Amino acid sequence: MTLAGTWRLRHQRYQLQGEVCEKCGSLIFPPRDVCPECEAPAKTPYTFSGRGEVYSYTTVYHPPAGFEEDAPYTVALVRLEEGPMVTAQLTDVDAEQVEIGMPVEMVTRRISAEGEEGIITYGYKFRPVLRRTRG
Amino acid sequence: MRDVAIIGIGQTKVGEHWDLGLRHLALEALQAAMKDAGVERADALYVGNMLSGELTGQEHLGALIADFAGLRGIEAVKIEAACGSGAAAVRMGYIAVAGGLADVVLVVGVEKMTDYLGPRVTAALAMAADADYEASQGVSFVALNALLMRRYMHEFGYRKEDFAPFAVNAHANGMNNPNAMFHLKVTPESYARAPMIADPVNLLDSSPVCDGAAAVVLAPIEWARQLDHPVVRIAASAIGTDALAIHDRRDPLTLEGAALSAHRAYQQAGLGPKEIDLFELHDAFSIMAALSLEAAGFAEKGKGVRLALDGEITLHGRIPIATMGGLKARGHPVGATGVYQIVEVVQQLRGEAGDNQVPDARIGMAQNIGGSGATVITHILERVG
Repeated sequence: MTLAGTWRLRHQRYQLQGEVCEKCGSLIFPPRDVCPECEAPAKTPYTFSGRGEVYSYTTVYHPPAGFEEDAPYTVALVRLEEGPMVTAQLTDVDAEQVEIGMPVEMVTRRISAEGEEGIITYGYKFRPVLRRTRG
Repeated sequence: MRDVAIIGIGQTKVGEHWDLGLRHLALEALQAAMKDAGVERADALYVGNMLSGELTGQEHLGALIADFAGLRGIEAVKIEAACGSGAAAVRMGYIAVAGGLADVVLVVGVEKMTDYLGPRVTAALAMAADADYEASQGVSFVALNALLMRRYMHEFGYRKEDFAPFAVNAHANGMNNPNAMFHLKVTPESYARAPMIADPVNLLDSSPVCDGAAAVVLAPIEWARQLDHPVVRIAASAIGTDALAIHDRRDPLTLEGAALSAHRAYQQAGLGPKEIDLFELHDAFSIMAALSLEAAGFAEKGKGVRLALDGEITLHGRIPIATMGGLKARGHPVGATGVYQIVEVVQQLRGEAGDNQVPDARIGMAQNIGGSGATVITHILERVG
């Protein structure tokens, strides 16, 4: 991914920022500027909580170029608690422990790196929701 | 609108063609189709291809292949719709002939994938997905299908081994197709032992990386009546689309683009699933075959795998699929696949399918899918004489 392309996606990658449709109230991620439900313009930013659950998951043993160092890794479709679905890697969890319906939360991690000289891309991954300690 | 016929078909063997480049593959298929049709000239050439730029460093295929085939000067362009490029090119040819803008149109689907090794090809194929929100997360195409397959098993209660009939059927049919990449018998036992690629998708759920080219010649139906072949007309040609990314779809387990595409095709042809004698569907992965059967109305939601388990997808079942091996055994040279499917339906309707002949086949359907279901092109072909 290019420097400019990475910069354009910074609000999505680092904050999970999508949009809300002012007409019908739909919450949208990834942002698309036209509401998929009512087709009205939807450009008002909305930041998602980052919490959701695993809709489906798999482990990648044969990665595309740029991800060889990380393989095997687990990717998932995560249903956000606000409704939209996100495609992302899971982290801080063994593949055998993942199951459909598992609660997860967004964290910021290194996604890919283009060698010594290239861009390191950071963005969202999801991990199992940490148990809160009473304090 | 004029009635359009397919008057010529041609194909190369699918495989690892280290001795043939992109242009040579296209030429071989085109020459075979033109010979079959008895034509030496054409008004236009449409080239279906997905990855020539990425995997051979060559774009601009329309003019290149027209010139290389001795057709310098004619209208020629490349059509791209990911793995649906081949059938999309056929549809462009159909529009040109049906609309009276051209009389003889050549369509060739061609793909050269084996000059590079795994990760480069995997990354190239992932370009059919959403670059900003799918591919950038390290999701391969196999992984996208694995996400769908796991959820399907979860929602409808299937076991991994229930998907075996798709690979068993495709490979049984591929055995008798001299142009198929694989001549390899697959049993439920060998399916169970196949290495995992992206759990639960194993090697025998997945179509291979390969090279190949297939071509058709389209003309007004009157032209077809002057030839020796049985006349095969295009009864329907339709495209349906859906969100590019799986996460953007209303229900990931419903291929809405495929349902729209099939519905439009049925409307155009004035018939329904019951009248279809065979269905060349897009079995790039076993789960895609199941979802396609459901979207096109051959099985209810969640029952596509049940249809296969009941033996209804074999040559003698209710709806034969992958009759010449499908994407799984014939092979999936991505931008060529849609044209291979149409060539094979024509073989069936002409009665030229050899040991794989579906008895009394009169109406066949071919459905080619771009990406994980975002572009779906359906053609219904009918033997009329």
